[in-house]
Amino acid sequence: MHTITVTINGAAEYLAVRSNMTLLQMLREELGLTGTKNGCEAGECGACTVLLDGEPVNACMVLAVESDGHQVITVEGLAEGDELAPLQESFIELNAVQCGFCTPGMLTSAHALLQRHPKPTEDEIEEAVLGNLCRCTGYVRIVDAIRDAAGSSASASGKGGAR
Amino acid sequence: MTHATAAASQRIGGTIGRSVRRIDAHDKVTGAATYADDLLAARGPGLYYGRLVRSPHAHALIRSIDASKALAVRGVKAVVTGEDTPTRIGLYLKDRHIFALDRARLVGDPVAGVIATSEEIAEEAARLVEVEYEELPAVFDPAEAIRPDAPLIHPELGEYEVVNFIFPKPGTNISEHFKLRRGDVEAAWPQCEIIVEGTFRLPPIQHVPIEPHVAISLWEQSGQVTLWTCSQSPFAQRDLIAQSMGIPHGNLRVISPYVGGGFGGKAGVSMEACAVAMARAVKGHPVKLRMTREEEFICTNARQSLEAHTKIGCDSQGNLLAMETRYIFGGGASNEYGVNIARAAGYSCTGPYLIPNVKGDSYCVYTNTPVGSAMRGFGMPEIHWGIEQIIDQLAEKIGMDSAEFRRRNCVKTGETILTGMEMPAINLEACIDKVTEAIQWDRREPPSAPHKRRGKGIAIMWKAPAMPPNAGSSAVVRLNEDGTVNVEIGAQELGQGAFTVLAQVAAEALGVPYEWVRISAPVDTRYSPYEWQTVASRITWSVGNAVMAAAGDARHKILAVVAEHWDEDPADLDIKDGLVMSFKSEREQPLEGLVVYGLPNENFEGWKGGPIIGTGNFMPTYVTNLDFETGQGTRAVVHYTVGAQAVDLEVDTETGQLEILKIASAYDVGKALNPDLIMTQIEGGAVHGLSSAFEALKFDEKGRPLNNNLVDYRIATVADIPREIHGDIVETPLEDGPWGARGVGEHVMVQTAPAIANAIYDALGIRFSDLPLSAEKIFLALQ
Ligand code: FES
Ligand code: FES
Repeated sequence: MHTITVTINGAAEYLAVRSNMTLLQMLREELGLTGTKNGCEAGECGACTVLLDGEPVNACMVLAVESDGHQVITVEGLAEGDELAPLQESFIELNAVQCGFCTPGMLTSAHALLQRHPKPTEDEIEEAVLGNLCRCTGYVRIVDAIRDAAGSSASASGKGGAR
Repeated sequence: MTHATAAASQRIGGTIGRSVRRIDAHDKVTGAATYADDLLAARGPGLYYGRLVRSPHAHALIRSIDASKALAVRGVKAVVTGEDTPTRIGLYLKDRHIFALDRARLVGDPVAGVIATSEEIAEEAARLVEVEYEELPAVFDPAEAIRPDAPLIHPELGEYEVVNFIFPKPGTNISEHFKLRRGDVEAAWPQCEIIVEGTFRLPPIQHVPIEPHVAISLWEQSGQVTLWTCSQSPFAQRDLIAQSMGIPHGNLRVISPYVGGGFGGKAGVSMEACAVAMARAVKGHPVKLRMTREEEFICTNARQSLEAHTKIGCDSQGNLLAMETRYIFGGGASNEYGVNIARAAGYSCTGPYLIPNVKGDSYCVYTNTPVGSAMRGFGMPEIHWGIEQIIDQLAEKIGMDSAEFRRRNCVKTGETILTGMEMPAINLEACIDKVTEAIQWDRREPPSAPHKRRGKGIAIMWKAPAMPPNAGSSAVVRLNEDGTVNVEIGAQELGQGAFTVLAQVAAEALGVPYEWVRISAPVDTRYSPYEWQTVASRITWSVGNAVMAAAGDARHKILAVVAEHWDEDPADLDIKDGLVMSFKSEREQPLEGLVVYGLPNENFEGWKGGPIIGTGNFMPTYVTNLDFETGQGTRAVVHYTVGAQAVDLEVDTETGQLEILKIASAYDVGKALNPDLIMTQIEGGAVHGLSSAFEALKFDEKGRPLNNNLVDYRIATVADIPREIHGDIVETPLEDGPWGARGVGEHVMVQTAPAIANAIYDALGIRFSDLPLSAEKIFLALQ
């Protein structure tokens, strides 16, 4: 067991964790933050994406002890109280959500992108969610929603002209 | 309340036809939405975990199981084997044991379940369970499995319980043979100017929902049993597990929160029954059983493989005259669902064409591969793969534009189709027109580079809900003090938008704003009204009708109270925006209060009314059985949804890579209750269809999986999507649909693969008759 201190969604948490516990297990099983999803536990689907010091990581591939002393942001930490983040609003508005299982990972990946590039290009959007699998939406609305949240207008090569 | 009465109250006001916000979206963007794995997520004393011991052999007799070493591990609570679940289970055909009893039929067949205080301990102990097998010859390919000398996978087939419309052949691997005979094909062949014949093969593929299967079960000392799971079929699971394990239906409670993608893979029973059987061994303790992604690929259900031999002929004018086809579905180790897929492929074997002479044979056969089951399209993507390529070849040979050829021969309203049923109103020609226009069908466009070739292709489809003739739905509509409404249904939200659309139906039928409606979730068989299953694209239609009836019932009760109060005729009253109003007296009365407390008589001398609850159900009553020898009958199915897709693509001749420039889709949905949700189905379906053309579950010669992970089994990523996806909606009302609506959730991917194949042919002059496609395969074909 290791005692660690992690700042999760802005609040400090003191935890005793097993050395083989993943960050994903810590979030879901120790802290009850079940918004972060488990789709493969092998770093292949992106459903468990969280931000570690602002960088998107697959929480299933990070050990809980590695988060000691760091900042973690999960989907639960995107809204400001009852106020949804623009990304969340855009995902709702543009129907970028179907079953919703990929959504937390998509949102955290997109959030990291917009922190880095407030006006991302189409390629940057694509790259940001390349590791996030979605079986429902065909990604069209997800790309639309990220673009919408960034407030940038569609570029000429714009994918997803579905409507 | 009958459906006819509900239909009479169909009015179109504010909500129907409007793309309102998804009712589940807020929960899903905040991480608040609950999925099965989120229940009992925290480790705690008393919560146990399960792992399954799986057969390493594709086909083997189980000689003995010794669990003593596993049981000696600290933290292990029990081990369950086939001897604990000796009764068979299955939807249409009871051909499976919850745990393999004496025989394992695929690599991954569960032979035992270990229950322990942690997943890690259960996993470790599962490796210590010693199973002695006697290997048997296995068969993987459907065309081999159907041969009389093939290894017999189910020698006891003749003893299995089966529904009266499925016909297994004991002594063979054939679990279903559906025969379609219409006209006289032998007499028709000589009249054909052109005949095209081909063999088409599709490998088994996986649904790949992003959420793997999870089941938690608790068996209480009292005999109460609860199963929490991600399910498209809470009621069917209750029924099948209750029957197989001897639990009274009323004691088995199946609760299903949001489903993280289903696509058919979470329909019926797969691993859920294992969790219940394991819970029985440790009464009083919930047992959590989760599939790893590796297990998800081979140990839950898959789409079956198919080998199709199809021959179609037309006259010199391009009129289709005859078709002969033999479909052999590789149904996997058990065919509880697969039998009905073969049946559906049989009674729809022509695809969406009117062909006067048809001889069709559709088989489901056992193979030592993952259990074949429902997947989006239910047999239709498989059969359209061949049909739509042959149609293209016929058009080319007769010298007719292939879109025109399809317009001429596609099935039209009122025609008598292959089963002898009259085609309900649809407009497939309009769908063809929409996609050819969207893709600029008549324009040849140059490729973007000299080493690229550009091509366009089209394919059309039909699909009927495949279900028992009397699959039913029910709904309860409950009004609250403030006029808000809770709608109870047993249908499930898988991402398709069912909860949203059903809330719209309730709002409209009752006369309240959409925002006032809540769906009572999770679906819980103890409290939710009965629903057969959330499959077959039947929810908007079937549950929509039930909700409409329930809301109509509530509305009727409210109007009766107010009419009495005002001393008016209920026929002069209506409810709009949550207000009861009289056309005659122009009086108004808000629903608030009234729907729970009733209304006071004058001077408060007594009260009238009371808490308002509306109930309703829907069940099609008109589907008939089909003749065993000919597949003929008055009404084979409830209805068909039809549609067209056209693809514009480029092939890089140096790499074989495809770039999909555009997919245009058009479907006749009857009435778009929420147009944008239909568009999201069209988009997601186009990408799912595109992805599926490149997917295959692969096995070595012993039936061991080679690609059961998301790296080796690739599904489409954001980088693979078409540059443009265009969608059009055609609305030819369905007679018994809510406001005319019919389903479209599965149809959106049925014909994508053949549309791509036809476009590749247009670009390269090369046909691919076997899936999967790959850049390598295309590149090699070009050499
Ligand atoms: S669960 Fe971590 S990448 Fe899939
Ligand atoms: S919305 Fe279902 S996986 Fe993305």
